[in-house]
Amino acid sequence: MILGSINPAVLMAALMVAATPLLLAAIGELVVEKSGVLNLGVEGMMIMGAVTGFMIAVNTGSPLVGFVGAALGGMVLALLFAFLTQALMTNHVASGLALTLFGLGLSALLGQKYVGITPPRTPKLDLGPLSDIPFLGRALFSHDIVVYLTIALVAAVWWFLKYSRAGMILRAVGENHDAAHALGYHVKRVRVLAILFGGACAGLGGAYLSLIRVTQWTEGMTVGAGWIALALVVFASWRPWRAMAGAYLFGGIVVLQLNLQAAGVRIPVEYLSMSPYLITILVLVLISSGKARGSLNAPGSLNRPFHASS
Amino acid sequence: MIRLEKRKEPSKFWRIANPFLAVLLTMLAGGIMFAMLGKDPITAIRLIFFDPIFSDTFGSYSRPQLLIKSAPLILIAVGLAIGFKANIWNIGAEGQYIMGALFGAGVALAFFPQPGWYIFPLMIIAGAFGGFLWAMIPAILKTRFNTNEILVSLLLVYVAERILAAMSLGLMRNPDIPGFPGSRDLRRYEAAYNSELIANTGIHWGVVAALIAVIFAYVMMTRHMLGYHVRLAGQAPRAARFGGVTPARLVVVCLGISGALAGLAGMFEVSGPGGQVRIEFASGYGFTAIIVAFLGRLNPVGIVLAGLLLGLTYIGGELGQMMLQLPSASIQVFQGMLLFFLLALDFQTNFRLRLTKGARA
Repeated sequence: MILGSINPAVLMAALMVAATPLLLAAIGELVVEKSGVLNLGVEGMMIMGAVTGFMIAVNTGSPLVGFVGAALGGMVLALLFAFLTQALMTNHVASGLALTLFGLGLSALLGQKYVGITPPRTPKLDLGPLSDIPFLGRALFSHDIVVYLTIALVAAVWWFLKYSRAGMILRAVGENHDAAHALGYHVKRVRVLAILFGGACAGLGGAYLSLIRVTQWTEGMTVGAGWIALALVVFASWRPWRAMAGAYLFGGIVVLQLNLQAAGVRIPVEYLSMSPYLITILVLVLISSGKARGSLNAPGSLNRPFHASS
Repeated sequence: MIRLEKRKEPSKFWRIANPFLAVLLTMLAGGIMFAMLGKDPITAIRLIFFDPIFSDTFGSYSRPQLLIKSAPLILIAVGLAIGFKANIWNIGAEGQYIMGALFGAGVALAFFPQPGWYIFPLMIIAGAFGGFLWAMIPAILKTRFNTNEILVSLLLVYVAERILAAMSLGLMRNPDIPGFPGSRDLRRYEAAYNSELIANTGIHWGVVAALIAVIFAYVMMTRHMLGYHVRLAGQAPRAARFGGVTPARLVVVCLGISGALAGLAGMFEVSGPGGQVRIEFASGYGFTAIIVAFLGRLNPVGIVLAGLLLGLTYIGGELGQMMLQLPSASIQVFQGMLLFFLLALDFQTNFRLRLTKGARA
């Protein structure tokens, strides 16, 4: 009956679109946390990316330039966080919160004149005959390029962390910053770079929301996506591919919930729309209660400030 | 070259001086921001920080508003500060505030239109209980399943906002005005109305509650064993464990206190200045209170001052909107900047800049 009206191919396609902004933010934060820094400002960086990307795309007429601007917008806030936590040794939790509060305010201020505007359309990537395959064509091969680049980014991060020398240094810094320092690695430099990367990713995720998924700018439009991305990193126990699985699973829930709303299920919209948050909490509980597995993989120096003299 | 050197003891002077410096720097940076928006910076800053109290034209309206806006901030921040001291991060006070309001209003609406002296006290209990209950979710998940309380308490804010919307549109909607979201106006229901106690001062029961909470928190933190445990757990977790502090109990107590106080704040707001349950009821007090707690140095007395200041920015922001067409978001930026400056300045509380010759050791 009601569920029958939902087309699985469309559902799958929508799932990938819903998952992409979360995945972008989560993969960035994963790298940040792997370097031993907990940046709770993901929500703030995301919304800054959403607004700067939107503004630049509207003014230049190019979504691509918009995405570049969004990455820079996220990085500017990330730089502020890096300066506070790495140079001035401030409390990570408080600084991250400040970043989120500040980002939400600043984005609302910047985006005032952009409410109600439609951004330039991002074209779908032409994959030729692949898009014509029944079911799979619609579900997997009819997206914009960002969806595929995000998957490529996950692969790149996975390779970087696992096989590259720089990735190994980053992990060393995150696991034990004193040892890494003793070996002559520049703990702070590595962390600042990781934080900037995280900011760029969060900015891109935000721009994906404003430019492609929602295609408009509204104040506070990320509605907790940044926090869900933070939860995804825990869910993934700091492994890139699991972050992707988590984001897609989560995207599926969001899309299913939206489809149920559209199909007119007799549950009030408000209750359906709280399900993503409740499910995130549930997943967090399941992951963190599995005593050894979830927590064992957390970077050893996560959320511990580093000062060379100590 | 310049080197950061860790102080043996955090500097007492900078601890006290930094909040004031941060406010000054925020005014400066805010002035630049307003200039960039094409407004006269000096007029704007004066409008936000001085006119609400000292202006002849607005003063009579905005002076009472100061206590109305500051009381919930102080009430919530006092609770949060206790947790922050022990490194227990409840950042979902906004959600607990909403739930407190819903529980309190629920009691009132259940009794409507019956008169009775016992209704308001029952609402107070229900409000505190609502916030407490909502805070117990992250507390119990943390103690039982080791789930991160920061993420859970924050995610629950979004859930609470949805419940608020559902209640405004459904169960608690005013049956007398069909088609409009929002509950009955509690200001018109005498038994439930949290009225002004002294005319034209803005003092309502929430202000009284905030004052009591400040005194209690002060006594608890300085004189009571629990306060000692909280401080110990924050400064030396290992020592605390050997000293007989049960971390799980501390999590429940800290989240419980802050949740109940946030719930109270929500209840006093919905039955007084807010007036009714409606979708836009939550105005971010729960998040601003985090800034209040930090700016007040997690100290009850400091929190009173910080709460008054941030309450002032709310009113000043409204004035600025009215008089200079300042965007409403600029106040949020202001508050964010304030926290940034405070955090940045605090490095000199713990560190000292030293000029050294040659390479570092």
